[in-house]
Amino acid sequence: MSGANHSEGPASGQEAEFASWMRAGLDGDGAAYGRLLEALVPRLRAFARGGLARTGLGNADVEDVVQEILLAVHVKRGTWMRDAAFLPWLNAIARHKLIDVLRRRGRRGETPIDDVAHVLPDDAPAPETAPAELARLVGRLGGRQGQVVAAISLEEASIKDVAQRFAMSEGAVRVTLHRGLRKLASLYREPNG
Amino acid sequence: MKTENLIAALAADKRKALSPRRALAIALAASVAAACALFFMLLGPRPDFMPAMHTMRFDFKFVAALALAASAAAASARLMRPEGGHPLMVLFAAPALLAIAMALELIAVPASEWGSRLVGHNAVLCMTFIPILSFAPLALVLWALRHGATQTPALTGAVAGLVAGGVGALFYAAHCFDDSPLFVAVWYTIAVAFMAGLGALLGSRLLRW
Repeated sequence: MSGANHSEGPASGQEAEFASWMRAGLDGDGAAYGRLLEALVPRLRAFARGGLARTGLGNADVEDVVQEILLAVHVKRGTWMRDAAFLPWLNAIARHKLIDVLRRRGRRGETPIDDVAHVLPDDAPAPETAPAELARLVGRLGGRQGQVVAAISLEEASIKDVAQRFAMSEGAVRVTLHRGLRKLASLYREPNG
Repeated sequence: MKTENLIAALAADKRKALSPRRALAIALAASVAAACALFFMLLGPRPDFMPAMHTMRFDFKFVAALALAASAAAASARLMRPEGGHPLMVLFAAPALLAIAMALELIAVPASEWGSRLVGHNAVLCMTFIPILSFAPLALVLWALRHGATQTPALTGAVAGLVAGGVGALFYAAHCFDDSPLFVAVWYTIAVAFMAGLGALLGSRLLRW
């Protein structure tokens, strides 16, 4: 690890890879996009753990924060410019969401927050018990949106399966999933969300 | 829900969202169209529009309004990106033009006339119709900015108000008989500042994510 580039950190080697997966994802390559999100998780875990620990909030809801950031990354993916660096963009999204989480928990103070590009990915395994917040919000989605999101996430059903099950066209399932995920991302900020 | 389940759902959502830049371009085009339509319905150009085009003071109003709308639109395009920073230097373009025009006016016109030029003929009309022409542009630009991910909702909303005020002023200027930069600097500025304040208020609610 040498060189004068200030962006150089533990993640600098991954920048190009992340950016190319993101570009492929934006072009409709779901596999590359899924690979990208999976690769981000250890980094986001370390980032969220650092932020929560420093404000004395403990580790209990690290995974909730990771999931909220992932949803924000997804909903706001169009704001990434294809010719821009990926990690500074990810960092801006992740910081914005972490600050939001801390505020909702009543921590308004000046908390130093890591740069996502510079945290060492957390290689601890995913928690054994699935975090509860997102499942609760999917429940609040309700209706067809809730059913479609639950089927595709929890049961890993394909768009085709879901279309058959609910007697919808595949296009309608795609629209419902898309809107459901957008709504889900906004539910975090609603009072009693 | 486990994170891997969430990722499965996110990867399955391949619908392309409208790109924020394209949304902004659409909003700007629609803003000009909306303000233009309303302008011809409510006001229309002043009767001596064509001869007035040969006077510098009349033309300057369009230059200043266009500079405001364009510079604020450029700042919006950056502010709507989460990592875009606060590129606010560009916003000094219109005030700087206005300051130069005011200085020239103060030199060109005897001091005894400064007051009457500043007060003008129809300040109330100006402060009424610039906002009226700007409401639809503000709604459109805020709609576009909701596709973005701003870090500063109130500030970004205020800049949206500047875009809208610039578009409104651009059309109102064609109706307005008061061409002195002194008039523009006071009354147009009040109207545009009102739009910026309204934009900040709406932005702080609508541009959160």
